[in-house]
Amino acid sequence: MDVLTPRTLDDALALKAEHRDAWPIQGGTDVLVALNFDRARPAVMLNLNEVAELRGYERADGELRLGAGLTYTELEHGPLRDELRALSEAARTVGSPQIRNRGTIGGNLGTASPAGDAIPPLVVEGAEVECASVRGTRRVPVAEFVTGVKRNALEPDELVTAVWVRPSNAAQTFMKVGPRNAMVIAVCSLALSAGDALRACFGSASPRPVLVTAPLDEAATFAERVAEAAAPIDDVRGSAGYRRHALRVLAERALKRVVL
Amino acid sequence: MRVTVRVNGETRQADCWEGESLLFALREKLGLPGSKNACEQGECGSCSVLLDGVLVCSCLVLAAQADGHEVATVEGLADGGELHPVQQAFVDAGAVQCGFCTPGLVVAAVDLLRRNASPSDDEIREALSGNLCRCTGYVKIVDAVRLAAERA
Repeated sequence: MDVLTPRTLDDALALKAEHRDAWPIQGGTDVLVALNFDRARPAVMLNLNEVAELRGYERADGELRLGAGLTYTELEHGPLRDELRALSEAARTVGSPQIRNRGTIGGNLGTASPAGDAIPPLVVEGAEVECASVRGTRRVPVAEFVTGVKRNALEPDELVTAVWVRPSNAAQTFMKVGPRNAMVIAVCSLALSAGDALRACFGSASPRPVLVTAPLDEAATFAERVAEAAAPIDDVRGSAGYRRHALRVLAERALKRVVL
Repeated sequence: MRVTVRVNGETRQADCWEGESLLFALREKLGLPGSKNACEQGECGSCSVLLDGVLVCSCLVLAAQADGHEVATVEGLADGGELHPVQQAFVDAGAVQCGFCTPGLVVAAVDLLRRNASPSDDEIREALSGNLCRCTGYVKIVDAVRLAAERA
């Protein structure tokens, strides 16, 4: 096993081109669990902690470019919380303070779990993932970037370098069902916004993110439509039937929070 | 690989396996067993340390990622024979039973009180939500953090 620690983005991309099977590691909240439990022994790990270009965020032409290394803590407490309200609320539900201090938005996308808490709010806001390699960069809408359960659209030489989002300023919220308020992998979750239209995306209820939209005047039937769009499964955290029911309840509550 | 870390103000070196956690390096290579090893998946908080002043689970940090960085562990809190005020408050409030979770809780409480000198009970509970204690039911632990805040 080898740990490579590039100091610049150019070096990181060159190393990823050279070691296409290298595992990127940022906060480590997923990778270390795999290592500690002997579930994976990647030949090469690409430690991205020292790449300054991946940190923080910047503004460009009305858009926000969130660095892949932006942490949940920064989303929860930082200056973006009012502009990206649902994402900030979702960030606060992730793990614990310790996990939120390390876990990053880029890691959440790279892992591409159906339970990834950042994903529903990003889909609702129409965000795009910046994928970069030595060949160049491209942008992929979040809902297309997640191609299946823990699968993503990255090419072997690419890294997630940023997330682009144009804040809608729509009223929005995030809700999550779990056995307690901390340290919970979502049984199911929901991001919902009401701007020019109703938009919703759920977590832990389908293999890929699904965006559900409707005109504002169809709020009365929207919760039902959200529940119908889900494709939940039975697993250790909950049954498919419970998840579908809970999504309907979450959507009703979210509508009350943002519309009424 | 050789990892160089500044731990509790002292520069230390350790030869680590590339896939090794910072927690393992602290406990097994650097002789600092105060940070406890329990869940190894960031669920219990008993391995909490400060990495460059940020509260983290050391079981989820690669030792290699700490190379060139600063780590503060529970061993660095007491001043010689004198307990850190948060440690003393844990003793005085009766917040320690079996003691296994105590180092992580103390480090998390120190982190909270540095950022927020007079936290509400809700803020204390949220700040300690990543630290599991299976003995106390948390009441005395919250009392201890409140006591430490009042004495400061």
